[in-house]
Amino acid sequence: MTLNVLLAILVGGLFAMGIYLMLRRSIVKLIMGLALLGHGANLLIFTSGGLVRARAPLIEEGETIPSAPFADPLPQALILTAIVISFGVLAFMMVLVSRAYRAVGTDDTDEFTGTDH
Amino acid sequence: MLLLGIVLSGFLLATVAPWLHRVLGRFAGVVIAMLPLGICVLLGTRAADIAAPGGAVVESFEWVPGMGVSLDFRLDGLGLLMAMLVSGIGAAIFIYAGGYLKGERQLGRLYAYLLMFMGSMLGVVLADNLLLLFVFWELTSVSSYLLIGYDHAKAKSRSSALQALLVTGLGGLAILAAALMLADVAGTMTISELAARSDVIHDSPLSLPIMLLLIFGACTKSAQFPFHFWLPNAMAAPTPVSAYLHSSTMVKAGIYLLARFSPVFAADVLWAPLLTWIGAATMFVGAWLAIRQSLLKPLLAYSTISALGAIVMSIGVGSTYAVEAGMVFLLSHAFYKGALFMAAGAIDHETGEKDVDKLGGLGRAMPLLFAATALAGASMAGILPFLGFTAKELTFKALLKSAAAGPEGIALVAVFTISAAFGVVVAARIGLSPFIGKVRPTPVKPHDPPLALMLGPALLAVLGLAAAIIPAVLAMPLVRPAASAILAAEANPDLSLWHGFNLALGLSVTALVVGALVYVMRRGVVGVTEPLQRVLNAIGPAKIYDWALSGVIATAKFQTRALQSGYLRQYVFVTISTTVITMGITLALRGGLGTLPKMGEVRTYEAALVGLILVGAVFTGFARNRLAAIAGLGLVGYGIAILFVLFGAPDLSLTQICIETLTVVLMVLVFYMLPDFRNISAGPQKIRDMIVAGAVGAVMASLVLLTGGLRSGRDVSEFYAANSLPEAHGRNIVNVILVDFRALDTLGEITVLIVAAAGVYALMKVTPARPKREQEGGAP
Amino acid sequence: MNSTILQTATRYLLPLLLVVSLVIMLQGHNKPGGGFIGALIGAAGFALHGMAFGPKATRTALRVDLVWLMAAGLAMAIASGLFAVVEGSAFLTGQWGSVHVPGFGSIKVGTPLLFDIGVYCVVLGVVMSIVLALLEE
Repeated sequence: MTLNVLLAILVGGLFAMGIYLMLRRSIVKLIMGLALLGHGANLLIFTSGGLVRARAPLIEEGETIPSAPFADPLPQALILTAIVISFGVLAFMMVLVSRAYRAVGTDDTDEFTGTDH
Repeated sequence: MLLLGIVLSGFLLATVAPWLHRVLGRFAGVVIAMLPLGICVLLGTRAADIAAPGGAVVESFEWVPGMGVSLDFRLDGLGLLMAMLVSGIGAAIFIYAGGYLKGERQLGRLYAYLLMFMGSMLGVVLADNLLLLFVFWELTSVSSYLLIGYDHAKAKSRSSALQALLVTGLGGLAILAAALMLADVAGTMTISELAARSDVIHDSPLSLPIMLLLIFGACTKSAQFPFHFWLPNAMAAPTPVSAYLHSSTMVKAGIYLLARFSPVFAADVLWAPLLTWIGAATMFVGAWLAIRQSLLKPLLAYSTISALGAIVMSIGVGSTYAVEAGMVFLLSHAFYKGALFMAAGAIDHETGEKDVDKLGGLGRAMPLLFAATALAGASMAGILPFLGFTAKELTFKALLKSAAAGPEGIALVAVFTISAAFGVVVAARIGLSPFIGKVRPTPVKPHDPPLALMLGPALLAVLGLAAAIIPAVLAMPLVRPAASAILAAEANPDLSLWHGFNLALGLSVTALVVGALVYVMRRGVVGVTEPLQRVLNAIGPAKIYDWALSGVIATAKFQTRALQSGYLRQYVFVTISTTVITMGITLALRGGLGTLPKMGEVRTYEAALVGLILVGAVFTGFARNRLAAIAGLGLVGYGIAILFVLFGAPDLSLTQICIETLTVVLMVLVFYMLPDFRNISAGPQKIRDMIVAGAVGAVMASLVLLTGGLRSGRDVSEFYAANSLPEAHGRNIVNVILVDFRALDTLGEITVLIVAAAGVYALMKVTPARPKREQEGGAP
Repeated sequence: MNSTILQTATRYLLPLLLVVSLVIMLQGHNKPGGGFIGALIGAAGFALHGMAFGPKATRTALRVDLVWLMAAGLAMAIASGLFAVVEGSAFLTGQWGSVHVPGFGSIKVGTPLLFDIGVYCVVLGVVMSIVLALLEE
């Protein structure tokens, strides 16, 4: 089995579990599903940069360019902000859910259908 | 700057018009009228520059150079005729509107819309760039929408405004499509260059669709049959608007467009017959329906449709005579119809009565208005020595010339004679019958309208007479360059009133006599028009419009019911399944999974780590209580952090660890306030969801395999790596990308974070409302 | 959570975490770290404080209003980009100069550092806003 196949299984598994949780009626599970989905998406970007067991993209003292082979810095920069932003969204959702629970009195999204509350 | 300034000045003044109205009160109309008047005079001074064939004033400014859109303006004969009508009649309209809607609170807004319209319309007739023309064209539709819906409290106004917008807007889209194809085929966006390339356009397979789309667009705007139905409904607008937009200027934009593209498409075998017969049909249907009306404005609206048809027909016939006749007709119609609309408004304003049949003997009470209306009516009826007569004579001459070529010409002559006769009826019913005969009681005691209401109709009516008697002063300098521009050859219209006794004069007289007879016996004739009205009511274009509109609404309702169930997981389900199915199909059809890159074998500890993460994920998915699920999620997060270290991403690893810690802490905090997991989904439901989730996983896994092999090079990354130290003085390339190379992205991202925090603050401010029952019970 | 152990531990851990947080941020340009990571470590420290002593005490310990912190951070990030505009380059182009510090020699100072400090302030402000909001629930 190559490394690519291994990562493909991992990404696929994370997405599958994420979606499965998002299809539950409990709003807590929905949020957890979203978190798993975020992990899957980050890894998808990470692998698209081409996986190498390599050094970090750092330039050693006395060098002017990183010594090869080094990992692709571009997807890393993308993912770093993606991690922080998905945390922001997740945290916002947690506040929203705890507020909604106080107002509606249920965690079942099937009962979140009206606008009367 | 002259033309750009002329076009923009209307928009600029529009922005301060409501303020002017507040400050100047009833003088605002007169003050605003100075702008169109000034424009009209300014244009008049340039008339000499463009009198020679091919002469034009040209200006060009850059706008969107990347798309070939520039602010190209060009004032040629045709543009001059139209622009002077728009500005000249505009001046009369602003004064008239000030008197007609005196004391109206929203009048400032009306001024603003009218100015915006004037700017747009001037833009249409002066633009020399296809997309620029389209932009102004749409702006006229938008301002027409706002003006028709001026009485927005009335449902009829709103639906009429929407109808006009949808019909003319559809035409506008057709023109955009035509413009883009035309630019592609001809290789230029400049309208004045198109005629020279008519061969290239003609040889292209797109020639026919371009032409049909242009004709369609023009027909919607100029209310040609079968798209005429919006115009009578547009009479819901205040009378100054009807007089300006829906009789003398905006509805002529379609005619302008056809005239403008005449040199380009004249060689096409379909161009002439299509326009001729659309015009003839419109002229006939409009005239036929006009004599059925008894209310002032609908009467004028249908006769306007008829007149627009006559002009389109003239452009279609396309001979030198016909085009000259068309331009004279356009000018005379603008004069008399503008005057009649304003006069009709004045009658309504001073008597409170809109029904012609209930008006009579007003001549004694309002002699000045009678005079003005009668003059305009005489021009409309085509009586010697008015401009309407000149126009009719020239049209007859042109049609007779083409009649010599075949039986179709004879049919055209017949249709035009009947329509002209019916025009006489309309002219008599407005210009004559309200003022003569027995005095009839009206809701308001009639007297001559104030100067503001008299000025416009009187001026236009007198112009219709003066232009005919001394053609060299006004008619000739306007019509000749316009006709020359359409024909792309020097025109020399014979505008003298008397040509001796000939067949054209005979037909003119016939039309007058028949018209007089029909007027006398109109009660009987109305019965003859009944079947046409009944057919149009049953399956006419207005009916089709209604069906289409209610069809769209019904479809939208059905779709909303089907898709917006109100259950969140249904939305997720639909979205996800659609994505998976479409992606799956694409992957199956085009996925090149065979090109797997050699990535090396998996090491044991890597496999173990991935296994651990997957166990964490599955554990999260099927955990029976919250704490277990959170623990599973933590396992996934920390596992991924380790994975990042293994593949050379220490920054990501650090970030992931911090975030994971915070996430777990927050989840414990929040989810402990919520009830524990229950088993609420039914078994089959879970199995369905598992299948969907599994499909998503499979598609995503194949995506990873595919993209892993797709990336061809690391050019961008190599650039960053090479420049990180020398240019940006940083050894951590990831950080350098974040804070230097792509700092603008990062700036956007921290802004998003602040928005999330703002959302949290807003949520915390909201105190959850108590459940309803409690509130009701608790009320004292 | 009124735990003496947690409170005592926090007393020592918070300063330590804050020092680490600042070092990680400042060295981020050359070694793993940066504004994002530094701020998250700092936020973790304050979150710990919040759990040990309650959100009210944490707001006091933070000394600055979080809204102000976020605004200042964003302003810093934008301001760092304006240096380049003044110089005539594109917005956010890095500008560098060197400052002579006695005993250290000259140190290179650039606008990206200011930008990163801005990021640090924003992220710390945002995360703490949310954490404290949830603690106050």
